[in-house]
Amino acid sequence: MIVAFTVNGEAVTARVAHPGSLLDVLRDELSLPGSKNACEQGECGSCSVILDGLLVCSCLVMAADVEGSSVTTVEGVAADGELHPVQEAMQRAGAVQCGFCTPGIVMAAIDLFAGSSSPSSIEIKEALAGNICRCTGYGAIVRALEGLATGGEQ
Amino acid sequence: MVEVNFGHIQPETVAGLRRVDELKEWEGSRIGAGVTWRRIESDGPKALAEAARTVGSPQIRNAGTIGGNLGTASPAGDGHPFLAAVDASIELVSLNSTRTLDWSEFFVGVKKTARRGDELIAAVQLPEQLPERQEFGKIGIRNAMVIATVNCVVTRGDHGRTTVALGSVAPTPIRARAAEAMISAAGMPTEADLDEFQRLVMEEVRPITDHRSTEEYRRHGAGILARRLLERCLR
Repeated sequence: MIVAFTVNGEAVTARVAHPGSLLDVLRDELSLPGSKNACEQGECGSCSVILDGLLVCSCLVMAADVEGSSVTTVEGVAADGELHPVQEAMQRAGAVQCGFCTPGIVMAAIDLFAGSSSPSSIEIKEALAGNICRCTGYGAIVRALEGLATGGEQ
Repeated sequence: MVEVNFGHIQPETVAGLRRVDELKEWEGSRIGAGVTWRRIESDGPKALAEAARTVGSPQIRNAGTIGGNLGTASPAGDGHPFLAAVDASIELVSLNSTRTLDWSEFFVGVKKTARRGDELIAAVQLPEQLPERQEFGKIGIRNAMVIATVNCVVTRGDHGRTTVALGSVAPTPIRARAAEAMISAAGMPTEADLDEFQRLVMEEVRPITDHRSTEEYRRHGAGILARRLLERCLR
């Protein structure tokens, strides 16, 4: 079937291998490989996208169900080549090791900061509870976001 | 979707419920099946909100619904103990009928419910009056993204009437009826009453050993968790 929706502000139509996931459509049909495919069961968060304003795991969204919806992937967060403040903060703090989890972390953090400009350390950790970094680079990731939350140069 | 991703099922026909507005309606004590954990986390009755906060991760709570939890009917479902503790009922609709089942009729086994193939879970009906004191607790191997080893809700209302519901310790959520009857009749419980309450809970649960925990640990945990939640209700 064909599904029409919006990705990163652009109207798209995609062939959907019923009953495949949104993640498969993003990666295989729309050539947007930023959202990563790992656990396929909502455990790792590496496929996180924002769907109609809500952070979700795209591997758990049935593609057929996004007809008419709006999706933001990691490819869509750096407007006109300008890094999103979350990306900038993570880059500055060296909050990337192998990088596989990074797109999902970026999306979760963007969602967090969209709801509160100065989250506490606990709030940052809770917001990232659905994102696994198998390099265990959490320290630098949390420090980067704490820096952004306090407006400091960390 | 997990089962689709893993190739366990390949459904020919699916119905997308995510944007069905009627299922998202939440009026007073009637919670639509499409209400997400995220909404329950902020707007739900105390112990159900506490349970909601322990469901999966932010991503899962944005997508997962109370109706989905019921449909899955996992023995470990975090929403179930609250529904059992307050004697909630489940509204099922088909093209031709609407029926309401007590939670104890709805759950029939591990991941098995009384829902017929032509029915949708439409809503959860809570009692109009909820017990004043209500506490949720969960034992798991970490704080986030964890499936319960034991989960439990204890409520305490007028005249010391106490309910105790537990998950992950039987094929379906259960009530520890003997423990409830004992403690409800005890007035202001003494230390000895609490000991007996804990013992009765441990006696009533029917846990198994699996990859997540052992029968012994779950039984032990159930007793301690129920007792602690009761103590919180008594404060």
